[in-house]
Amino acid sequence: MARAVTNRRKAVTTLAAWGVGLLIFFPILWTILTSFKTEADAIASPPLFLGFDWTLENYGEVQERSNYFRHFWNSVVISFGSTFLGLLIAIPSAWSMAFVPGKQTKNVLMWMLSTKMLPPVGVLIPIYLIFRDTGLLDTRAGLVIVLTLINLPIIIWMLFTYFKEIPGEILEAARMDGATLWAEILHVLTPMAVPGIASTLLLNVILAWNEAFWTLNLTAAEAAPLTAFIASYSSPEGLFYAKLSAASTMAIAPILIMGWFSQKQLVRGLTFGAVK
Amino acid sequence: MIKTPIKLLAVTAFAALLSGNPAAAETLTIATVNNGDMIRMQKLTDDFTAKNPDIELEWVTLEENILRQRVTTDIATKGGQYDVMTIGTYEVPIWGQKGWLVSLNDLPASYDVDDILPAIRNGLTVDGQLYAAPFYGESSMVMYRKDLMAKAGLEMPEAPTWDFIGEAARAMTDKQNEVYGVCLRGKAGWGENMAFLTATANSFGAKWFDMDWKPQFDSAAWKNTLTFYLDLMKDAGPPGASSNGFNENLALFQTGKCGMWIDATVAASFVTDSKNSKVADQVGFALAPDTGLGKRGNWLWAWSLAIPAGSQKVESAKKFIAWATSKDYLALVASKEGWANVPPGTRASLYANPEYAKVSFAKMTLESINAADPTKPTVDQVPYVGIQFVAIPEFQGIATAVGQQFSAALAGNVSVDQALKNAQALTERAMRKAGYPK
Amino acid sequence: MATDHSRTAARFMISPSVLLLLGWMIVPLSMTIWFSFQSYNLLSPGTEEWIGLLNYEFFLTDPAFFEALANTLLLVGGVLLITIIGGTGLAILLDQPVWGQGIVRILVIAPFFVMPTVSALVWKNMFMNPVNGLFAHLAKTVGLQPFDFLAHAPLFSIILIVAWQWLPFATLILLTALQSLDQEQLEAAEMDGASALNRFVYMVVPHLARAITVVILIQTIFLLSIFAEILVTTNGGPGYASTNITFLVYAQSLLQFDVGGGSAGGIIAVILANIVAIFLMRMIGKNLEA
Repeated sequence: MARAVTNRRKAVTTLAAWGVGLLIFFPILWTILTSFKTEADAIASPPLFLGFDWTLENYGEVQERSNYFRHFWNSVVISFGSTFLGLLIAIPSAWSMAFVPGKQTKNVLMWMLSTKMLPPVGVLIPIYLIFRDTGLLDTRAGLVIVLTLINLPIIIWMLFTYFKEIPGEILEAARMDGATLWAEILHVLTPMAVPGIASTLLLNVILAWNEAFWTLNLTAAEAAPLTAFIASYSSPEGLFYAKLSAASTMAIAPILIMGWFSQKQLVRGLTFGAVK
Repeated sequence: MIKTPIKLLAVTAFAALLSGNPAAAETLTIATVNNGDMIRMQKLTDDFTAKNPDIELEWVTLEENILRQRVTTDIATKGGQYDVMTIGTYEVPIWGQKGWLVSLNDLPASYDVDDILPAIRNGLTVDGQLYAAPFYGESSMVMYRKDLMAKAGLEMPEAPTWDFIGEAARAMTDKQNEVYGVCLRGKAGWGENMAFLTATANSFGAKWFDMDWKPQFDSAAWKNTLTFYLDLMKDAGPPGASSNGFNENLALFQTGKCGMWIDATVAASFVTDSKNSKVADQVGFALAPDTGLGKRGNWLWAWSLAIPAGSQKVESAKKFIAWATSKDYLALVASKEGWANVPPGTRASLYANPEYAKVSFAKMTLESINAADPTKPTVDQVPYVGIQFVAIPEFQGIATAVGQQFSAALAGNVSVDQALKNAQALTERAMRKAGYPK
Repeated sequence: MATDHSRTAARFMISPSVLLLLGWMIVPLSMTIWFSFQSYNLLSPGTEEWIGLLNYEFFLTDPAFFEALANTLLLVGGVLLITIIGGTGLAILLDQPVWGQGIVRILVIAPFFVMPTVSALVWKNMFMNPVNGLFAHLAKTVGLQPFDFLAHAPLFSIILIVAWQWLPFATLILLTALQSLDQEQLEAAEMDGASALNRFVYMVVPHLARAITVVILIQTIFLLSIFAEILVTTNGGPGYASTNITFLVYAQSLLQFDVGGGSAGGIIAVILANIVAIFLMRMIGKNLEA
């Protein structure tokens, strides 16, 4: 008897969960569907859901107009580059804050986070001038530097909260064995921290991929990532819903797919110390 | 488990980071706006590179506001990111005066600079130096649906008054069937609603500043303009008009939802293009309206190509500009896409061409452009040049803020009086800060 | 416990990030402070001069300033409210046994991967547009006049768009926290006759408190500088109805190219952000120590 009840309950929650899930996902689904319509079908009234002539012409048009693969590759380089660089700098810091906390550790951490609250637009002109003088305008290296600095506080914070959950005794034991500091980090800490690092990495790749202020303002052609690619499809002349949808799909598909495949890794470390 | 792919990605990412692009031929970076004519030019790039194998073209196509912000930041800080910039008749006189642009007076004789329409050419010339070559030029005019006009039992005169437009718009409106008598710009921006409203205000006898650079939004003429516009849009405009700019209205007109549309003359080729427009064979044209005060509400604009001073690639950039704005380019587009799709409004020879004369909007476009005089924009004497803008650097900031006020009035969030009062106050503030009168 | 040796090492290891962030903060910030005392318009180079506090005076007396301040707080508060309430509900739903749980979870987290510009463009054009948008079609189907979201409820529309993007983040964190809740305790309480509501109020909510503060902290950091969504959808209007402080600074420095005024605005925004930060840190400080 009890089983029947849970099954019914499960059916109800399943229905509710799927309903809400599809509702939340709908805008993305609608964008993807629209990208396969002709421009006329895209604004048809009443809206066409599936019964339209599927076409790939929008994708052809978008590719003809913009070099998608270069934008895509720039996005990959910039988001992964800045994340790896950030991790390289952040891991030692987070380690030391988590395991050798000083009186100021908390304040330092808070100060780091507060640097993220500065509105980027307020410092665009200074950064632009610095970039001009150092030849970093429209270079991937320049963007990697900026995005590393922007996301560094989040990376440190995330790693710090994750590292803190690693029991200190294990490290003590390693120290007893005479392991050096670097060996300690490399062989004891890192393997335990991999899920946290992986999750940090994924989150920051997503954040960097979607960053639209610096990537748009500091690039022209060479280093322009997908955020700049999409800027040429925002309200052009004439009907544009289908082309906009195709460009949008192309811009979000890579990160969406990556996100879905690595969902488990992302979620595992995404606690920010929310769980004791 | 997750280690290997990460390592792999790290290696590839850093490898890509370190390897720059090898410089082969000279590459021109061209910043342009995502308008139909420019996108067509981008598609025709091959014709240029075939003739100039040592030059490669790199396109940066952006939405108008983003483009403007990017190129202005770049040229003002001498960032040097672009070799050719697409700018308008607002920027050229200001930037030319500051010495930010390379003079184009030495274009080859075959370019035939004297063929450029005088009204357009004057707008791009400072102290005898041509600082930008026009890619296409435009004025504004009335585009209307002949079928709906007939249905309403009216006939559009060649030179209508605003009163007639108001009457016709209300007669054509059929909100039940999503037909709106008139579509006008409402989206805030100096190049959006303020371009239309400033030009319209001229025909109502209003002006931005008096001879002492004192803002004039407290005048009766502005109140008349804004009241007329808001009433008209309330009775006969589409919903959501406060976020409609040129592109939104174009889409509305093309899908048969507007009876009339008063906007840029270049739109004529889009609304008569049967591939994208449902109403292509029903469009008529008329001059921009007036109120009998001697000025029509038509503006003058030219999207033009210019070279920032300090560019290392001036010679190649000039070659490109000469190609993109040449007679040959017009012929090239005509051969591929038909005469109706040629970038309009730049060359007298185009309008002398009997083939082009067959295009339905050719005559009205030329008349509108010729009727526009940026040096005498409104009824009264004013200290500035520019019809739908005031050619001072501060204008775009001020007009965008004023545009926000008028857009809010259109959305019904503030009253006419409040919007004008706010506009007056913020313009006074900005002019005081900028140190006017100079 | 920690030796002097490891302390020195720790300081050595922490220094790169501290130095970098310090540089990242100080160099542009000091330039911004310097500009904020200058009359510096990008379009009139060569006319820079020291004008004292005039830029600050203009920014603070700008009629848009207080509206923008209120909008900033409303935007942050509104999004936080929606994402925390919605996120808690979703987390509870996803914590239940459900057929196809993996797929549902994928559907729910998807918005987090979408670029802000893309989501703003899609929402603005394909959903909220009063003529061709899906909401307009929906309204017409049930015989209503289409509602013009971006003209008549601009800030609310932006809150909606931003909340859609951040809902997955809140859900994920809250879900992780929820999963660490002791199921046996919950079941024991159920046996003892505690109602579902009581269990939620007295057991689930306290357990989630820490996760909620984390969500507030992280999201606030991002929400304070919301920009792309406003630029794409409303451009801060109509009027100043959807202008936040970040957008006001943008309008000043990149629409008017008034670098001096924009810098003063930037400094004020920094000060305001720090006030919020101190407030937040107080709130979350206890949780950090635990």
